[in-house]
Amino acid sequence: MGFIKEMKKHGFLLSYLITKDFKIKYRRSILGIAWSVLNPLFMMLIVSTVFKVVFRIDLKGYSYPVYVIIGQTMFNFLSEATNSSMQSILQSASLIKKVYIPKCIFPLQKVSFAFVNFAVSMVAVLIVGLIERVGISWHIVLLPLLLIVFYFFCLGLGLILSVLAVFFRDTLHIYGIILTAWMYLTPVFYTLENIGIKEGADASFWMAFIEKVFIFNPMCQYITVFRDLVLFHRTPDMLSIILCVGYALIFMLLGILVFSKKQDKFILHI
Amino acid sequence: MEQEYSIVAENISMHFNMASERLESLKEYFIKLLKRQLFFKDFVAVNDVSFKIKKGEVFGIVGTNGSGKSTTLKMISGILKPTSGKITINGNIAPLIELGAGFDGELTARENIYLNGAVLGYSKKYIDEHFDQIVDFAELRDFLDMPIKNYSSGMVARIAFAIATVITPDILIVDEILSVGDFLFQEKCEKRINELMEGGTTIVIVSHTIAQIERLCDRVMWIEKGNLKMLGETSEVCKAYKNIANS
Repeated sequence: MGFIKEMKKHGFLLSYLITKDFKIKYRRSILGIAWSVLNPLFMMLIVSTVFKVVFRIDLKGYSYPVYVIIGQTMFNFLSEATNSSMQSILQSASLIKKVYIPKCIFPLQKVSFAFVNFAVSMVAVLIVGLIERVGISWHIVLLPLLLIVFYFFCLGLGLILSVLAVFFRDTLHIYGIILTAWMYLTPVFYTLENIGIKEGADASFWMAFIEKVFIFNPMCQYITVFRDLVLFHRTPDMLSIILCVGYALIFMLLGILVFSKKQDKFILHI
Repeated sequence: MEQEYSIVAENISMHFNMASERLESLKEYFIKLLKRQLFFKDFVAVNDVSFKIKKGEVFGIVGTNGSGKSTTLKMISGILKPTSGKITINGNIAPLIELGAGFDGELTARENIYLNGAVLGYSKKYIDEHFDQIVDFAELRDFLDMPIKNYSSGMVARIAFAIATVITPDILIVDEILSVGDFLFQEKCEKRINELMEGGTTIVIVSHTIAQIERLCDRVMWIEKGNLKMLGETSEVCKAYKNIANS
């Protein structure tokens, strides 16, 4: 209860901090917020050209550009949200040392700011969808739910990372490497069906490996469900839905637990 | 909770872990862990200090550099949690610990007033209503839309003081801030503090300017190396404190 009361008192601060991030990000840029749409569009153009020309990827009639831009915007959100919230406590050191503010406001600010950006970049997905004539089905009404669940997953992870970064600065360096590995373990550019496994002794091993990755990589689930709803127009399977919600719950609980346990010690380490 | 007190500190201590302040990488952590050097150097910044501050009182804290004055203030304002002991606060606090904390150099003064107000827990409506009052007090209307990174430190201090004291807080915490700004502004600040005093605000002041303490405070606490050395009437404590210079 105390938490809710505090958040209510600092709600204006949170919204103002997010606005501040926006102002600073786009200050003195001519196109301003349009970059949040243009960026994913151009990235998608580059990637889909490369993969179509060089790797001759084929989606059996489904639009590859839409496939890619969904994966990219979602992974970008994850990377932006978790990276910035990881640094949020350290960056706000001067503030934390001088005024009492509930410290969870900083990761919350960064993840929410990334989420607003992400929401704007949905316009880019929409544009590509229109150009590629993907069409729309009733499944789209489930999309906001997925995005909310995905937001909480990123917030939970961001909270954990922000605590880790305070106590071990190495986290800042390691996480960049983890993110790169993570991206390649997630079907952002490729499809799980298209992985070419050569016939051989270890073929079954790799198949099992890929299946495991698919289950234990939360990003796999979120991106797959998003594509099911928007691109393939089908109901995601039950397992994926359970995993999506489950991962968000686990990471949120873990994040809140770690953060509330360690937050009073932050000031001694920043 | 006795209602007549604003701040009650019971046996508060603050320990800093000197070793952990320098540990910033995993490698160091494990090496130290293996060598069993972790958590060794314990530094006591404040040791078993108790005091009670009455409502509406002006309370001064004196002491030489590094004696634990600022640490005590930070514990009062909730920034630091005491390692042991308990602090009970009655009312809302306006901390003036370091002016301009929470300012963002990239933003203009106008935007920073809203940001800093939000940091102090004001609502948007409240800042809207008192915006002119803040600007008039700071006397910086001509520079409102200039990024604050181009301000001088005195100008920043003016704005920060104006924002922090626009409300009538129950408790005002002042740490050494009146030394910035020109003498005219210092006078203005003191006048505002006097106004707040008359309005019943409890004030806790840390200052090295003994004359200022003597002029403003009802009671004074003298701490030395984290230990409470003397607590009592302003004239007595200040006299004793000034004597250490002669001895």
